[in-house]
Amino acid sequence: MYSVLKGASYILAHTPDMVIHNGTTQTTQRTIDPESEYLKNLDKSLRTYEECKAYLPNQTYIGNMTPQELAGYEQPWFLQKSEHTEREGKFGEIMPEDEFIGLIAICDVFDLVKLEVNFANTVRSKLESHSLINPALLKALEKGVALPEVKQLIEDTRVEPLYFNGNIVGCIKAAHDIDQSLSAHVIFENLVSKASCVLSLLHLIGKTEVNAEEIDYVIECSEEACGDMNQRGGGNFAKAASEMAGLVNATGSDVRGFCAGPAHALLHAAALVKSGTFKHVIVAAGGSTAKLGMNGKDHVNKNMPILEDCVAGFAVLISANDGVSPEINSDIVGRHTVGTGSSPQNVISSLTAIPLEKVGLKLSDIDKYSVEMQNPDITKPAGAGNVPEANYKMIGALAAMRKEIEKSQLADFVSEHGLVGWAPTQGHIPSGVPYLGFARQELMDKKLNRVMVIGKGSLFLGRMTNLFDGVSFILQQNSGAGEEKSVSETSVRKLIADSLKDFAKHLQGDEG
Amino acid sequence: MMLRDKKAIIIGDRDGIPGPAIEECVKTAGVQVVFSSTECFV
Repeated sequence: MYSVLKGASYILAHTPDMVIHNGTTQTTQRTIDPESEYLKNLDKSLRTYEECKAYLPNQTYIGNMTPQELAGYEQPWFLQKSEHTEREGKFGEIMPEDEFIGLIAICDVFDLVKLEVNFANTVRSKLESHSLINPALLKALEKGVALPEVKQLIEDTRVEPLYFNGNIVGCIKAAHDIDQSLSAHVIFENLVSKASCVLSLLHLIGKTEVNAEEIDYVIECSEEACGDMNQRGGGNFAKAASEMAGLVNATGSDVRGFCAGPAHALLHAAALVKSGTFKHVIVAAGGSTAKLGMNGKDHVNKNMPILEDCVAGFAVLISANDGVSPEINSDIVGRHTVGTGSSPQNVISSLTAIPLEKVGLKLSDIDKYSVEMQNPDITKPAGAGNVPEANYKMIGALAAMRKEIEKSQLADFVSEHGLVGWAPTQGHIPSGVPYLGFARQELMDKKLNRVMVIGKGSLFLGRMTNLFDGVSFILQQNSGAGEEKSVSETSVRKLIADSLKDFAKHLQGDEG
Repeated sequence: MMLRDKKAIIIGDRDGIPGPAIEECVKTAGVQVVFSSTECFV
């Protein structure tokens, strides 16, 4: 029996100071030309927290607007006024930077994060009112230190400073004097990833009917690596984040595949649940500071605000079939294999037409494709085009080539089977998964029959292979078989138990 | 543009045309590829 998509959460943390100090576009520029005009004027292009919340794609990411509603607004969206400005959304929240720094400190279990005492106290009082943060976790914010002590630590080059509103509010120390895998920079990136993953997990548990104690396994699928110099990338973010989120009965592991990581992880989760190994498996990931402001130079050159100012995260619950939630049809799986090749036509065929053809389906039999849902507001001004639209055009062109549609129907195919993009350019974050929350609802509401989720990964960036990668799978309406079978199994068990009781009574009667 | 006997540095786009695909095309025009990679801008 197929496993089901039981719930999804999505979070953003607005981190403008991390754009300046930790995004690789900015850190690289600082190395090359620290006096550049771009760096000097960067802060003028950063959005306030209120502006970040009022940004249409961000409100879509946390579930207060649907992608269809977003599509109704003229682009560029950063010029449009949003009716929604809430912090909380149906799927998660947009956390301000000071509270997120507090969460980073909470997620540090090796006393590496030092926060200035007044900042720590302020953040602690703010997080006390956060409905999902266990008060016991706030003890980590009671260890604030005086500002001179923080500044003294920063004079040590092995420390990564923490900023809020341009001021130093703390720092993160290296976890080893020599080991580069435990440098302050790496620890910082890993703690950011862990904290955003934890926040996603908390929202998922808070928004689904499954308790934290019921989670059996967590698969983390970000693009960071944690370990020391003897096992760089050893892991395990999944278990580290689960500990913070109170998933006391879970273990877990990390799955990596660049932007395709989440799609691979979801296939793993679906298989673990379908096989009966586990009943509830979460796939989750935090975000990356490296990609903050990645296209910032183009945004600033075009007099736009820097739109890549949020660390993102998500968590998805895959569970045993409940007879209601959408099923993951693991019989229809697309794979970019070693022999597929790198041409765009081969790549997209391997992920869409080929797996569909095997079960007698056409490309148009998929109601919606969830591809790489990058926000075009971010990518178009930077010359990277409209990524989701390019994917849909490619799928449509494939349908035309296979005579499934007329060439003249290409634009209709794109609008009918596609979506606008709304996810931040955080690599794995926009890759297939942002639509899962909406897709779950639309499949349960019987508005859709089938959704294909596609994850693609740029393996060549690791310089181990020139190969591309990708996997895809289908979400479909629940056939109702899950509920039927669970009732049927329960009935069978009861029948056997009753028979054994009768038999025992019969034996007792005989003895008497 | 005549490409024969020219040297080429190829930077492909992950969401456009990848490096190896461009490489295959230009090789047929007699180009010597001195560097080829695919980069990700998203």
